[in-house]
Amino acid sequence: MQMRGTKHSNRLAALRICAVVLLSVARAAATEPAVPAMSPTNIFAPVSTPAKSIFGLSVFVLAVTAAIFVVVFALLVYTVVKFRKKATDDGREPPQVYGSNQVEIAWTVIPVLIVVSLFMATARVIASVQKAVPDSNAIQVVAIGHQFWWEYRYPGLNVVTANELHVPVSDPEHPTPTFIKLLSADTDHSFWVPRLAGKTDLIPNHPNSMWIDPQETGLYLGQCAQYCGTQHAKMLLRVYVQSHENFDRWIQQQEQTAFVTDAVAEGRRVFETTACINCHAVSGTVANGRFGPDLSHLMSRDTIAAGAAPNTPENLRLWIQKPEAIKPGSLMPAMELTDRELDALTAYLETLR
Amino acid sequence: MNGTSIALNDQELNFSRPARGRVGMFVLIVAEAAIFTIFVVAYLFYVGKSLTGPVPKDVLSAPIFYTICLLSSSLTIHLAAKAVRRGSVRSFGILWFATIALGAAFLYGTAKEWHRLIYRDGLTISTNLFGTTYYSLVGLHGFHVVVGLVSLSIVMALTVLGNVGSEHAERVDVLSLYWHFVDVVWIIVFTVVYVIGR
Amino acid sequence: MSTDALALPRTERPARPLVDTLHEWVTTVDHKRLGILYLGYALVFLVIGGIEAGIMRVQLIRAHNDFVSPQVFNRMFTMHGTTMIFFVVMPLVFGFANYLIPLMIGARDMAFPRLNAFSFWLTAFGGLLLYFSLVGANGLYGAGNAPDVGWFAYAPLTSRTFSVGHSTDFWTLSLLVSGFGSIGTAVNILTTILCMRCPGMSLAKMPLLAWLNLVMSGMVILAISPLTAAQLMLLVDRYLGGHFFDTQAGGSAVIWMHFFWVFGHPEVYVLVIPGFAFASEIIPVFSRKAIFGYPVMVAATICIGFIGMSVWAHHMFTVGMDSNANTFFVLSTMAIAVPTGIKIFNWLATMWGGKIEFKTPMLFCVGFLFQFLIAGLTGIMLGSAPFDWQLGNSYFVVAHFHYVIVGAILFTIFGAFYYWFPKMSGKMYIETLGKLHFWLFLIGFHLTFDFMHIPGLLGMPRRIYTYEPGRGWDIWNLIVTIGVFFQALGTVVFVVNLSWSYFKGKIAGSDPWDAWTLEWSTPSPPPAYNFASIPEVKSRRPLWDLKHPDDPDWKYE
Repeated sequence: MQMRGTKHSNRLAALRICAVVLLSVARAAATEPAVPAMSPTNIFAPVSTPAKSIFGLSVFVLAVTAAIFVVVFALLVYTVVKFRKKATDDGREPPQVYGSNQVEIAWTVIPVLIVVSLFMATARVIASVQKAVPDSNAIQVVAIGHQFWWEYRYPGLNVVTANELHVPVSDPEHPTPTFIKLLSADTDHSFWVPRLAGKTDLIPNHPNSMWIDPQETGLYLGQCAQYCGTQHAKMLLRVYVQSHENFDRWIQQQEQTAFVTDAVAEGRRVFETTACINCHAVSGTVANGRFGPDLSHLMSRDTIAAGAAPNTPENLRLWIQKPEAIKPGSLMPAMELTDRELDALTAYLETLR
Repeated sequence: MNGTSIALNDQELNFSRPARGRVGMFVLIVAEAAIFTIFVVAYLFYVGKSLTGPVPKDVLSAPIFYTICLLSSSLTIHLAAKAVRRGSVRSFGILWFATIALGAAFLYGTAKEWHRLIYRDGLTISTNLFGTTYYSLVGLHGFHVVVGLVSLSIVMALTVLGNVGSEHAERVDVLSLYWHFVDVVWIIVFTVVYVIGR
Repeated sequence: MSTDALALPRTERPARPLVDTLHEWVTTVDHKRLGILYLGYALVFLVIGGIEAGIMRVQLIRAHNDFVSPQVFNRMFTMHGTTMIFFVVMPLVFGFANYLIPLMIGARDMAFPRLNAFSFWLTAFGGLLLYFSLVGANGLYGAGNAPDVGWFAYAPLTSRTFSVGHSTDFWTLSLLVSGFGSIGTAVNILTTILCMRCPGMSLAKMPLLAWLNLVMSGMVILAISPLTAAQLMLLVDRYLGGHFFDTQAGGSAVIWMHFFWVFGHPEVYVLVIPGFAFASEIIPVFSRKAIFGYPVMVAATICIGFIGMSVWAHHMFTVGMDSNANTFFVLSTMAIAVPTGIKIFNWLATMWGGKIEFKTPMLFCVGFLFQFLIAGLTGIMLGSAPFDWQLGNSYFVVAHFHYVIVGAILFTIFGAFYYWFPKMSGKMYIETLGKLHFWLFLIGFHLTFDFMHIPGLLGMPRRIYTYEPGRGWDIWNLIVTIGVFFQALGTVVFVVNLSWSYFKGKIAGSDPWDAWTLEWSTPSPPPAYNFASIPEVKSRRPLWDLKHPDDPDWKYE
C-alpha cells in the first residue's frame, strides 16, 4: 500500500490520537473512584448504586460502539486507500455493481442483533433504577428547585435548609439510601450530581423522584442541568455524605430553633424590619418568607448563593449589598442599607449557626 | 457534453401523472390535519384536569342542528362540483350558494354558543384548562371555516359575473377537497368535545 | 441566461440598470433563482450564527470569564441555535431542493412557482423578524432584547411570568412565519416530484436525491405542523390568558416538551436526509460507479422517515417518564440505527471497486462518512436511557448533535456547493482553494467537536455562561475554542473561492464531472426553461445510457 499522499496517514493519525485520548480519559477516571484524577464530577467515578449501574451499562455500550467503530472505520480507510484512481489509470469505467441481496441481508441482520442486545441491557438498568422503592431505612428528602437555589426539606425530621444537602453514607450490606422527591417552585431545573446518580428534572406540577446510596463519605459536586434562566450556571449542588453519627449530629443542629443572642440585637432589628423577612425565614422569629433560602442555620453552610461564593463575612456583606457582583441576574435584590446597617446585619447573620 | 439531445418531441408524450392541484391540496390537508391533531391531543389530555371553573357537562350542549348544516354543505358542494363539470353553471351557482349559506349558518351557531358560554356561563379562554382548550380547538376549526367561506365567496362572485365554466371544474374540485376536510375535522372535533370530553 | 456558444463577453453586453436586475430577482418565480436566493440568504446567516458561536466560545475559554454577561450569553445560545436550524440549514436544504429537483426530473419548474416565491419570502421575513428583536423587544427581567429562552423554549420559562417583554414573542412569531414558508415549500416539492417527472421516469427511476427530498418533505409536513400548533398555544397563553402550559392552573410543562420534540426530532431528519441525498449523488460520480443498492437506499430512507416520527421522547429521558415509556423510546431510537447503518454500508459499497477521485466534493463526502459514523455511535450511547441520564443536557449532547449538523450535514452541503457550483454559475471553482477549505475546516471541526465530548463526560452541563474552576473542564474548553478559528478560516476561503470564481473562473461547460443525471445535460447555467424539449429516460442514469450505448443501465436495472 503506497502512501503516496500523506493526507490519509495524517487523518488516520489524528483520529487515532483522539481515540487514545478518549479511552485513556475513561480508563484513568475509572480507576480512581475515591479521588478522581480528572474531575470531581466525573461520570466514570461512581460511588452510589444508580451511578454504578449506569457506569456498568456505559462500559458495555462503549465496548460495543467501539467495536463497531473499529470495524467500519477500518473498512472506510481501506476503501479510500485501495480504490483510489491510480496515476496509471486506463480511463475506462470500473465494473458497475448495482447491489447484492445477500450483502444487504447480512448488514441488516447483524445490526439488528446488536440493537437487540443493547436494548436488553438497557431495559434491565432502567427497571432496576426506576423501580426501586424506599424502605423504612431510607432517608426522605424533598428538594424544591427555585430560580436559582435549592430548597431541602426532611419531612420526617422537621428540617428545612438550602443549597447544601446532607445525607448519611450507605453500607452495601445494610443500605440506608436517600430518596429525594423533586418539585419546583417556578420553572424547570435538573438535579445532577454525576458521581451519585443520573440527572432527574424538577418540573412544576410534575413531581419526580430519585434515590442515591453513596457508599463513601465526602463532598460531591454537581449543578442544575436544565436551563432555568439567567443564573442557571451558578445553581450549584453540594452533597455532603457523612457517617451516621455526623449526619445525626447535623440533623440535631438543624432541628434546633435559630440561635439568639442580644449581642447582635441591632442586626436582628435591621433584618426583621427591612424587606428581608419577605423572602427569608429564621425559625423562632417573625421572619417566615419562603421565596428565598431559609437562613436559620446559614453559618452551617460552606457557601452562599447556591455555591456561587464561599461563606465568609466579606462575601455575605457583599451579597447583601450588591448581589450582582457575585451572581448577576439572581433574584436577590440589592438591599439599600447604610454601611452601619450592613455591618450590623452581617454580624447578626454570622450568629445563625 | 453540451446540449445533449435525448429529448422526444412533445407530441409523442403519452404518459400520465396525477393532477398538481389535487396532490398539492391533499398534502396541505395532511399538514393541517397534523396541526389539528396536536390541538385534539391537548384537549383530551386536559379533560378533567381543570382546577376551577365550569366543566363541560355543566355548560356544553351538542349543536346538532348546526352540525347538520355543516355536514349537508359537503353534500351541496359535491353536487355543485358535479354540476360545473357537466357545464350547468346555473345549478352550480345555486348549489354553491347553498354551501355558503349552510357554512355561514354553522358559524352563526358557533357564535351563538360562544355568546352563551361567555355571558351566561362565564367560560372564557382564560377561565381554566377547559376554556383554553375548548375555545382554541373549536376556534381553530371555525377559523378554517371562515377561510373556506371567503374562498367560496370569491368563486361565488366570479360565478355571478359569468366567469366560471366547466373548464374550471378541476379547480372547483380542489376547493371542495378543502371544504370536505373542514367537515371531517368538525366530525372529529364534535366527537372529542361533545361526546368523549363530556 | 444563454448557452456557452452564444455568450457575449461581459464588456460587450449593454449594462442593465441595477434596479432592473434587483426587480427581476425580487419578483422571480424561477426555481433556479429562488434556489440561489435561499442559498445566499443561508450563507449570510451562517456567518451571523458563527459569530454568535464565536462569542460563546470566547466566553467559555476559561473558568469565570467575563467576556460577556450571562444575559448576553443566554441570548447567544438561543439565537445561535434558532438561526442555524431555521435560517441556515433549512434554507440551504430548500435552496438545493428548489434548484435541483426540476432539473433532475426533467421538468421546467416546480409545480407551484408563485407559492415557491411566497414560501421563500416568508422564510426570509421570519429571519429578519427574529433579528429585529435585537432592537424591538425586552428580554428576561426587562434587561435584554433578543430571545434568551433556549432554541427549544421550554415552558414555563416562556410564560409571561418568567419572560417579560416581547423577546419570546419574536422567537415564536418568526418561527411561525417561516414555518408556513417551510410547509409551502414541502407542498411544492411533494407535488413536483409526484406530478412532474418526465416520461419514462417512474418513481423507481428517479435520482436518489428526488426520493430523499420526497421523504424529507413528507417529514416537514408532519413535523412543522406540531411546532406551529405548539406556538399558537404559546401565543394563546401569553396573550389571551390561556393555560396550555400554565402549571399554576393545572397545566403541564411536559406537554410542551412532547409537542416540541414531536417536531424537533423529525426536524433533524429533515436536515440530514438532504445531506444523504447529496452524498448519494456525489459519491457514485467520483467513484465512477452506480450507487450500490438503490432500492434498499430508498427503503431505508422511508424507514428512517417512519421510525423517526416515533423516537421523540429520547430528548426527555430525564423528565421522569415511567420506565415503560423510557424503554419504548430506547427501542425505537436504537432501531433507527439499523436503516441508517445500512446507508453507510451502501455508500461504502459504492466506493468499493471504484476509481475514486478526491476532488473537493468527494473530500467533503468522505469526511461526512467518517463523521456520520461517529455521530451515529454517540447517538446510540445517548439512546441508552440510563446512560443518557448522565450524558443528557451536557456537553456530550452538544458535541453529538454538532457532530451530525456540522460534521455530516454541513460537510455534505459544502460538497454540494462545490459539486453544483459549476452548473449554477457556469464557472469552475479553484480546486486547490477547495482542498484548503476542506483541510482547515476538518482540523477545526475535530479540534472543537471531538474534544467537546470530554467536558460532558466530566459533568459539564450545557447552556451555562461560565463554569467553576477545579472541575477539570478548563483545558478541554480551551481546545474547543481554538478549533473555532480554523473553521472560520476555512469558511472565509470557501466564500473567497466561490466569489472570485463566479467572476473569473474557467468556463465549466455543461458536464464538468462526467456525471449521469439530467441536470448535466443542460447548459451551465441552464436557461430559464431548463430543457429545450422535455427529455424521456429509460434508466436511473440517463446520461450513462447516452455515453455508453453498448452498455446502458436499463439492461441491468
